[in-house]
Amino acid sequence: MRNNRLGRWLISGPPLLYLLLFFAIPSAIMAFAAFRFPGDYGGLLPLMDVNPDTGKTELLINAGNYADFLTLENFTRFFQEPVFFELFLKSFWYAGLTTVICLVLAYPLAWLIARSPKKHRDLLVLLVILPFWSNFLIRVYSWMIILGPQGYFAKTINAILGVVGVGPVQLLFSHFAVILVLVYVHLPFMVLPLYANLEKHDMNLLDAAQDLGASAWQRFWRITWPLSLPGVWAGAALVFIPALGMFAVPDLVGGTDGIMIGNLIKQQFLDSRDWPFGAVLSIMLTLAVLALAGLATLIGRGGKRNAL
Amino acid sequence: MHAKQSKWLWGAAGLVYLFLYLPLIIVVVYSFNDSKLNAEWVGFTFKWYEILFNDAQMLTAARNTLIIGLVTSLCATVLGTLAGLAMYKYKLRLLPVLVLTPIAIPEILMGVSLLIFFVMLNMTLGLVSVALAHIAFCIGFVAIVVRSRLQGMDESLVEAARDLGATPIQAFRLVTLPLIMPGIIAGALMAFTLSIDDFVITFFTAGAGASTLPLQIYSMIRIAVTPEVNAISTLLMLLTLALIIIASKVAPGAIKAQS
Repeated sequence: MRNNRLGRWLISGPPLLYLLLFFAIPSAIMAFAAFRFPGDYGGLLPLMDVNPDTGKTELLINAGNYADFLTLENFTRFFQEPVFFELFLKSFWYAGLTTVICLVLAYPLAWLIARSPKKHRDLLVLLVILPFWSNFLIRVYSWMIILGPQGYFAKTINAILGVVGVGPVQLLFSHFAVILVLVYVHLPFMVLPLYANLEKHDMNLLDAAQDLGASAWQRFWRITWPLSLPGVWAGAALVFIPALGMFAVPDLVGGTDGIMIGNLIKQQFLDSRDWPFGAVLSIMLTLAVLALAGLATLIGRGGKRNAL
Repeated sequence: MHAKQSKWLWGAAGLVYLFLYLPLIIVVVYSFNDSKLNAEWVGFTFKWYEILFNDAQMLTAARNTLIIGLVTSLCATVLGTLAGLAMYKYKLRLLPVLVLTPIAIPEILMGVSLLIFFVMLNMTLGLVSVALAHIAFCIGFVAIVVRSRLQGMDESLVEAARDLGATPIQAFRLVTLPLIMPGIIAGALMAFTLSIDDFVITFFTAGAGASTLPLQIYSMIRIAVTPEVNAISTLLMLLTLALIIIASKVAPGAIKAQS
């Protein structure tokens, strides 16, 4: 028993300690920072500083007045200026649209891989994973080439639009580019959980439904789709959450009005150096993700009950 | 009816595969294009690769990327394997949360909180801070791969070893460890790939102290697109492909475990 407890600590201790130090504590500090003031030169107001009068290092806390120590000002600012809330809404819209498009593209692909002969399946799955293994920035960059105004693609599109009589459009640095690239970099995250789910379906159910006279659409809508919901939810979470916090894609292909929450957070930390406000934005993003995860669990549970 | 439907579906799937691959193929093709613009095909050249290999900044970034990747891979594999073992053997509450949350939240959150943390500690941002951050987010991926390997293991083999008089440590070293080794190797390769590919967390924790290849690529493509980026991209893709081939030889099933 005692030996067991020792072994338990020896095994779980090191990773626990590491993650406490480099994940849990930094997260806690960020939450704390949201209630603090920015420093004179950006960053955070330090808790201790040298007093110019005495030359000694002193704690910057006025014991009688906690308002010197903590503030709600950063949160107030977030809720008072509608710009920030609108940016949150826009980011949700981008991430949601990305998720839906990924689902539409991934579903037939995952279904076909799951239905193809066993010996081909691993190869077909590998072909989905392979591009996703190449560097994320390269995948974004490849679209900068394609959508660039000098590229063959943009020229062709604009030539066609010209025939129809619509003026040339800018493909790069647009909302369209942001969604397209977000879909491109997240697509495998939707295919894989869907495939894992669809592979396990009992095909006899579909045959039985066909024998009973169900049309292809009915077979899909009444059998395959409800059974695949756990895979759909898993894929949706894997696409929506990273897409929501993205800053590199809007930065590179979004132009000025394609920005998302991630860009605002990055800006607060690196450009404006208003860390407390950056921390508020990060907390809001965390809360949104947690709320969504909770909601997905609830819906997932409900879905399971309905399927039974 | 059935055949017609599946032909239609195969067409759709083929288009999705094309969508996945065409952009990457374009990058590779343009890396041999003898024009400064990524627009029209002019002629074949190797000059962008030559420029690349004479670019001192790029070489430093490549060296940094490799150092961080190797250190991360080593440390994250040890810590992640321990975490995977602990999560498999014991009923724990805190550890699984700490292991899995970094994977689930948007990367930017981990990046900015580590930035605040390192600056508060008065640490100079550079190779060390980047490696410390990379290890933290790689532990979870290694732990998941190792745990899934343990779950697929036949527990009776360990019991047999114990019945034959092996101590728990001997049983672990001689039975469990060899059995889960493919998982550990897969985890190590995964940590290495994640580390050399990471942009977001590196971006916040590198400061001015350590540029890595992703940071270098980012700064280049933000300012002006040059075909040099195509060349480095092509080389990075080849490296990843090589890693996948190694993984499939050294640890069959490793690729699958990662998906």
